[in-house]
Amino acid sequence: MKYICLGYIEPGKFENLAETERNALMDECCTYDDELRKNGHFAGGEALQGPQSAATLRWQEGKASVTDGPYAETKEQLGGILILEARDLNHAIQLMSKHPGVKVGPFEIRPAADLGEMVRGSELRRAAAKTK
Amino acid sequence: MPESAIEQVRESLDALYRAESGRILATLIRLLSDFDLAEDAMQDAFAAALDRWPQDGVPANPRAWLVSTGRFKAIDTLRRRARFDASQEKIAEQLETEPPDGVVGEDGSVEDDRLRLIFTCCHPALAAEARVALTLREVCGLTTEEIARAFLTGAPTLAQRIVRAKTKIREARIPYQVPSPEELPERIGAVLQVVYLVFNEGYSASSGASLTRADLSAEAIRLGRLLVELLPEPEVMGLLALMLLQESRRAARTSPTGELVLLEQQNRSLWNRLQIAEGVQLVERALSSRRFGPYTLQAAMAAVHSEAVDSGATDWPQIVALYGALMQAAPSPIVELNRAVAVAMRDGPEAGLTLIDALLARGDLENYHLAHSARADLCRRLGRTAEARSAYERALTLTRLEPERRFLEKRLRELGVGSGVK
Repeated sequence: MKYICLGYIEPGKFENLAETERNALMDECCTYDDELRKNGHFAGGEALQGPQSAATLRWQEGKASVTDGPYAETKEQLGGILILEARDLNHAIQLMSKHPGVKVGPFEIRPAADLGEMVRGSELRRAAAKTK
Repeated sequence: MPESAIEQVRESLDALYRAESGRILATLIRLLSDFDLAEDAMQDAFAAALDRWPQDGVPANPRAWLVSTGRFKAIDTLRRRARFDASQEKIAEQLETEPPDGVVGEDGSVEDDRLRLIFTCCHPALAAEARVALTLREVCGLTTEEIARAFLTGAPTLAQRIVRAKTKIREARIPYQVPSPEELPERIGAVLQVVYLVFNEGYSASSGASLTRADLSAEAIRLGRLLVELLPEPEVMGLLALMLLQESRRAARTSPTGELVLLEQQNRSLWNRLQIAEGVQLVERALSSRRFGPYTLQAAMAAVHSEAVDSGATDWPQIVALYGALMQAAPSPIVELNRAVAVAMRDGPEAGLTLIDALLARGDLENYHLAHSARADLCRRLGRTAEARSAYERALTLTRLEPERRFLEKRLRELGVGSGVK
């Protein structure tokens, strides 16, 4: 089962660490990610650039329009995602509670939704439309 | 590597997980002295098997392979952590130099590990709800999500319950051991309570996701079998017998439209004869020990019912005698109430009514809906319609279970028309 772990962090918190601390944290995180990878638990992940680099796309007045930033008022911003392969929610919690990243910001762990049924339904509808 | 080989290994690993994860985890916890580390190690060992078995073939003793791979994985993990936390290196070294005694294990030690795990998960220091969740996850190998679905709870709530219970085990240093002979009777009681709770959760509910609920009863019976195998004490057999005999009536206790059918009206040809035979045999074994208790006595009553072709042919004197014994072993007003109903069957409704009225006069069961519905039923049989009606109405105000409400409403409607004559 896949779990998406959303890592939140205060903007600048990581950048403002002393270099030695930042390096140490980086090394710990990479080591732990390697451990996850080695045991087949790491199904993907990316760190994100800051919210000021974001563009937000939204449907407005019949067309897609772009604004910059998510303009969230919250102190913590989404800083990265990690896709975890785990047996169940407790296993995911266990794996992530040892992730060094949790020391600098919270993780939100969400099970991936299984859209298999909906996707199959859609395939059937589209196939039926084609044969008409 | 052909896809089909991987698929095949994946399937056999799934089956192995279901059958053996409890054993493997139990041994790893003993070897590593750490619940979480052991769980990680087991997951990693299964992942390694999926990686290696398609090429290397399935080893001759898969369980031993998984245990020893898990142990090495745990040592690896500790080594990697030691880069940031020097204290881990010592633990890793210790683990590595310790003779891997009982890693593969003569069966004796491995079976003891499973008992250790059960007793730890059902430890009285843990909250009752946590014991149930932990046992289902660690011993039965169910996932957090499966348990949450069966108990109609949210997965995050259940996950927290499990995390807290494990923290408690670590911080309170709950020992990983089978209790001493002096403690054993009490601690077995706590384990049996968990198993019976799981069973009843699956048995008494008759609404909503009834399918997953029935699975809980099956899981409880599986646990009961395991316990009989590991610890063949009379009450352990008694509980398994009780569950089997109740489960044997599952198909007959609800009508096709989901209505509750009382024992008296059940179509007995729907009863599961195999489960009855197994249950009766266990009851006999437990009774012959002469060290039996409440579970065995209740199972014995269920067995008496199972042997009767219909309600009238039931050996009511024996049921009354068994209730008498149960009142000595575990006295409670509810047992008294049930005995009164049995007396009514043996000696007629008048005799039963006298006992129930005395019981209600004491006040213990004033708010217990079954006391009022039993009273109503006896009044109905005696033709005392007005009394029957008011007792059914009282019962109706006290029950929250939908099938029971429907049942009582039906009885009330039946009273309304006729003269109360059956």
